[in-house]
Amino acid sequence: MNLTLRVWRQAGPKAPGKMVEYKATEISPEASFLEMMDVVNDELTLKGEEPIAFDHDCREGICGSCSMMIDGHAHGPNQGTATCQLHMRSFEDGATIFVEPWRVRAFPVVKDLCVDRSAFDRIIAAGGFITAATGGAQDANNVLVPKVASDLAMDSAACIGCGACAAACPNGSASLFTAAKITHLAQLPQGQPERYRRVVEMVAQHDAEGFGGCTLHGECQLACPKEISIDTISRMNRDYMVAAAMSQEEKVGGGTG
Amino acid sequence: MELRSRVPDGPIEEKWDSHRFDMKLVNPANKRKYTVIVVGSGLAGGAGAATLAELGYNVKCFCFQDSPRRAHSIAAQGGINAAKNYQNDGDSVQRLFYDTVKGGDFRSREANVYRLAQISVNIIDQCVAQGVPFAREYGGLLANRSFGGAQVSRTFYARGQTGQQLLLGAYQALERQIGKGMVTMYPRTEMLDVVVIDGVARGIVTRNLITGAIESHAADAVVLGTGGYGNVFYLSTNAKGSNATAIWRAYKRGAAFANPCFTQIHPTCIPKSGDYQSKLTLMSESLRNDGRVWVPLAKGDKRKPDTIPEAERDYYLERMYPSYGNLAPRDIASRAAKRVCDEGRGVGPTGLGVYLDFAAAIARVGEDAIRERYGNLFVMYQRITDENPYRVPMRIYPAVHYTMGGLWVDYNLMSTIPGLHVLGEANFSDHGANRLGASALMQGLADGYFIISNTIADYLAAKKLSAVDTTHAAFKEAESRVSEMTKKLLATKGSRTVDSFHRELGNIMWEYCGMARNEAGLKTALEKIPKLREEFWREVNVPGSADTLNQALEKAGRVADFFELAELMCRDALERKESCGGHFREEYQTADGEALRDDEHYAYVSAWEYAGDKATPVLNKEPLEFEYVHLAQRSYK
Repeated sequence: MNLTLRVWRQAGPKAPGKMVEYKATEISPEASFLEMMDVVNDELTLKGEEPIAFDHDCREGICGSCSMMIDGHAHGPNQGTATCQLHMRSFEDGATIFVEPWRVRAFPVVKDLCVDRSAFDRIIAAGGFITAATGGAQDANNVLVPKVASDLAMDSAACIGCGACAAACPNGSASLFTAAKITHLAQLPQGQPERYRRVVEMVAQHDAEGFGGCTLHGECQLACPKEISIDTISRMNRDYMVAAAMSQEEKVGGGTG
Repeated sequence: MELRSRVPDGPIEEKWDSHRFDMKLVNPANKRKYTVIVVGSGLAGGAGAATLAELGYNVKCFCFQDSPRRAHSIAAQGGINAAKNYQNDGDSVQRLFYDTVKGGDFRSREANVYRLAQISVNIIDQCVAQGVPFAREYGGLLANRSFGGAQVSRTFYARGQTGQQLLLGAYQALERQIGKGMVTMYPRTEMLDVVVIDGVARGIVTRNLITGAIESHAADAVVLGTGGYGNVFYLSTNAKGSNATAIWRAYKRGAAFANPCFTQIHPTCIPKSGDYQSKLTLMSESLRNDGRVWVPLAKGDKRKPDTIPEAERDYYLERMYPSYGNLAPRDIASRAAKRVCDEGRGVGPTGLGVYLDFAAAIARVGEDAIRERYGNLFVMYQRITDENPYRVPMRIYPAVHYTMGGLWVDYNLMSTIPGLHVLGEANFSDHGANRLGASALMQGLADGYFIISNTIADYLAAKKLSAVDTTHAAFKEAESRVSEMTKKLLATKGSRTVDSFHRELGNIMWEYCGMARNEAGLKTALEKIPKLREEFWREVNVPGSADTLNQALEKAGRVADFFELAELMCRDALERKESCGGHFREEYQTADGEALRDDEHYAYVSAWEYAGDKATPVLNKEPLEFEYVHLAQRSYK
């Protein structure tokens, strides 16, 4: 296949960026999108130009590193697919493909297609955990978890933290990411003691990072490579409202995490 | 070099208990006076960093990824073993211990393996407490499945994403400590050297991958949880960034490297499709619970799989290993696949593939039940191959997956450099010459949550460490060494890319030091690798500069280390004149093609000691004794 790429190049966080055109020639339709980018980068290197920086690691859709807006879609045109799992057979020979970084205020560009997603780590640090220091756990089968709850928790826990939800959202909201973690932990008996404290603190951090509010556009669930449902956001909002109605004492009752 | 394993005396089932009593403690008020560096944020490093911080130590944790949540442990699919015996099928700590020693083909240290089996039960408890959503039965109890090399169901799992869920558990615990200020996290930071002062590890030198700044960090102890070195082969199931740089540079500062030739080739990966290919994707071993492996009986049979009648298929694992069948251990299943493909019975366009067929299982339990068990793996397979595995059998072939070798550690997980501890895949300790499925997650978490948190106190409390900061000459020397290497890589501006060298090195290693090895081939590799390495330093083209995000530069440094490590792997494979586990020397096999161990001469850990860039490394041996599991030829027939 022969393709024309128009790629966002930006030397650093403060530098101005622009779209630059490259040719990708003799690409196998069996190659993944990132392998196509590797071929382009090898050619740039041998021509003495700087290769295009992009985040990637596992290349099997689980680490959440890869992050490209492809033709205006987070992770490209296929649903339930991270960029690394996207194969060139999904494109027409001769196509022009636009490749850009996530465009979210809370994810500043680091270089070219790489962005800084440390805001997600800070949202987790604010409360996206169960306080359970190593060593004090009871026997695992003493906690009965109904299969339905466990399955629902797992559906949300599948989030890979890639940021596509925020990149796809017209408001730049990371509600799907935040709600997925809240839902995962709120479904489980172990997550109950800190449930309401968690939702308040995580949402506060989400807002402090500069992510926008959710107005239920639903773009996030279409962009999500793990197909996490927007239902999680309703669950988060419900817990948030319950938390708002609770006294401060009840809210912080879950420990000193 | 003296290798003191520090295995405690006494009966094996009491060793860990009595050791914990005998070890010195650091009192809670004093812990905050110590700084511990943890490099790597996967199951071993992440769990270790979180737990040490919970105990009160000051922790600095480093990872090269943009977030600790992206460590490659996240890609582990199938599960984690634990001797819970929830299934009432005869499991016990004793049996997990026995299976692991036997599965490792009697090349691991008994006391370490026994401790691992004991701790396995605590890991599951800990992970459930953290909210890891393990699979459940309808009544709410935990579910289990079977894995290779075991006849009991002891594997806990979270769909096909067990590694992800366990890692997120550790990551959340780590983030909690980061939020409390107990851990300082350094993402996008790569460790490039260990600093040894007065014979003990006192810090590291790193490169900030965003700004390119070379920085020093001092500490009272250093812990490496930096994973394995499977990417020596270029194509492997590892993430692209997985590398050996941390352990290799520690080796060059005096940490012995143990059993480098013990690499695991996983039998069930999606076959390679072209030269552009950048990595191989694993299809979890758990699929062999329900999938049946076969090839056509006749050579060169190119018919579509569904048109080949039952009578003309060879379910070779079931035929050769009737008691374990499709759940034969990885090394054995991989070699069997290679054998049938070498006979000309391989399938797919390249002839390097075998079928993994779910038709019988779908007929037995229905498509929905199969989707429930392996749904995400089937989707992953379909994305890559564009074939529907519910309709046509998967095609699989062995690929490099895990490295049992690693830095040598004693029972306390300390390397031969005092103060430098090594956890998880980065050490050599528990899997011998072959790791059983679902045991890597177990080992990473055992080391991180339960072992290092106890043993590091013994080191810190016993040692009187002088005050050291990063102005010390040893830090400056390490910084300039690192900067020199960076400069050299950038200055060469030759005619070949880093990847082209890495690919060529990988081909040499796969050809001569892969699934089967022999003396002539290893000697050839030992001639080819240094030549290619010389060419690398002469002809590599690393674009860009040192003071910015430069992914080619990162890669170049890692590949430079892979060249040196590859040579050590071949040297170790050449020296070990026996076959055991993943190390199959063609000269040493039984009449029916099984690995032939030589316990009289090779029942030892080979621990290689760096002797300088031009000198041949020195081989030290730690003899292995088997008091509890009797040495026997491993049979899964």
